[in-house]
Amino acid sequence: MRKLDRLPLIEGPAVRAAPLSMTPTAPQRVRRERALGKVALLLVVTGYLAFVLLAPLGALLVATWNLGVAEVVAAISEPLALDALYTSAVLVACAVAVNAVIGTFGAIAFVRHRFFGRGIISAMCDLPLAVSPVMIGLSFILLVGRGGVLDPLLQAIGLKIVFTFWGILLGTLFVTLPFTVREVAYVLEEIGTDEEEAATTLGASPWQTFFRVTLPNVRVALGYGLLMAAARTLGEFGAVLVLGGSISGQTQTATTFIHDAIEERHLSGAYGMAVLLALCSVGLLLSLEWMKERQAAARHRSRSVTEDEVTT
Amino acid sequence: MRHFVLGYIVLLVAIPFSALLFFAFKDGLGAFWDRITTPVALSAVWLTLWTGLLVGALNAVLGTATAWVLVRYPFPGKSLLSAAVDLPLAIPTLVAGVMLSILYGPTSLVGEKLGLWGFEVVFAKPGIVLALLLVTVPFVVRAVEPVLNELDPAEEEAAIVLGAGPWRTFRTVHFPAILPAAISGSLRSFGRAMGEFGSIVVVAGNIPEETLTAPVYIFGEIESGIPEGAAAVGALLLLIALALHGSARFLENATGARHAQT
Repeated sequence: MRKLDRLPLIEGPAVRAAPLSMTPTAPQRVRRERALGKVALLLVVTGYLAFVLLAPLGALLVATWNLGVAEVVAAISEPLALDALYTSAVLVACAVAVNAVIGTFGAIAFVRHRFFGRGIISAMCDLPLAVSPVMIGLSFILLVGRGGVLDPLLQAIGLKIVFTFWGILLGTLFVTLPFTVREVAYVLEEIGTDEEEAATTLGASPWQTFFRVTLPNVRVALGYGLLMAAARTLGEFGAVLVLGGSISGQTQTATTFIHDAIEERHLSGAYGMAVLLALCSVGLLLSLEWMKERQAAARHRSRSVTEDEVTT
Repeated sequence: MRHFVLGYIVLLVAIPFSALLFFAFKDGLGAFWDRITTPVALSAVWLTLWTGLLVGALNAVLGTATAWVLVRYPFPGKSLLSAAVDLPLAIPTLVAGVMLSILYGPTSLVGEKLGLWGFEVVFAKPGIVLALLLVTVPFVVRAVEPVLNELDPAEEEAAIVLGAGPWRTFRTVHFPAILPAAISGSLRSFGRAMGEFGSIVVVAGNIPEETLTAPVYIFGEIESGIPEGAAAVGALLLLIALALHGSARFLENATGARHAQT
């Protein structure tokens, strides 16, 4: 410490040029403290992640393995389990289709247009991330369930929502609302309006501009948001349990199947389905990472192209 | 198209929540107060609040430490660790609950040992805290990481050249920079913890005044056909969640941070 104080600080540039890790003048004690801090932090962090996350994941895999692969596979290929998986798959397909449209046009509306209530509606879009899925289910029950606000109207037209497929679809659409809107809006803000304005000036119609300029630009972000929405749909539990009631063969999804299997002590079914869902989510996560890298690479490429254009 | 999409968002989000608030307050404030102050409801809300606060605080420290390790130290298996941080965003919370109850349940190797020392995890409060810690891992890490990445190394070099030790460098250079991000991430994890349902149902069950959290209480009230009681507690949670969401959003807008999404 003392030695450092007496360093000739006037020669700033020379001192700054030396990379941190190699500062030869750093006193022994500081270097020792830094190494000690590094080891301690690494231990704390890996210990914490192992304790809350990795060890439980390992325990699930080991417990499933111990039940016997054949038995577990048989348990998740029973008709009821397949029904649950099919319902989840249909929900994923619906959520992806609806969110592709809503996400793209919602984001364009929030970023490219100014209108009354824009801030409030865009904040509303984030709300599903902030509230409990059970409360989402409860809100819909109070709206369209028996004795709910819209109940007389629904009875008049003979539409049943709660405890039917429409109920779990409604819950799923609610909880997946934010993903595509946020991802696409972020990219739209980053790329600005130059290209779109150029297209318009060159005589492109709004739809032409959308399909040939805007959509290609947000493609990766849209895919990213849709993958997150798909993961959330597969994993959603609270809202589909409240709104669907987990009726076997009708409104039972993969997650509510696990819940019922645990209640019935049907461990091979519960663990098997849990591992299957965990594998799906890890697969989705890996594709997300891959898309993130692709996006970064694309951005890098476009930057170097513009630099080339500038230099030539 | 734009009007259709905006209409969809308003209908899907605003109308159901208005129904919730309408049901919670339609019999007057007195009835609302009575419903949230029954002993079972009150203890459920209290349990949810304190476990959420505890998890938010733990996350602020552990999440910042994790972000620090991920940004500054090269070590083997780093990309694996980074992917593991995102895992709770993808793994269904119910599956997270199943994982925890297998590892820490009374019949497992670990659970048995802990039980011998008189420490129960599953169907007890520690299980709730563990489950909440699991599902909120990414929030603070992903909020603090970009801030640490973008910090100007010159500031840190200056501190070191001026003779500050590692701890003092952290306190005076890094801490003020990452504080807003850590707080917003911590608020996000508090909010998320308050709404957690799937993992808690499996790990903690629904023992009234013991392990019954507010979302599980709401679920129980819906199941037993008492929507008014559910609506009152639900509206209270909604208002708290809105306040947390608003303050986290404010901090994020002020610092330009983006939050992890679940």
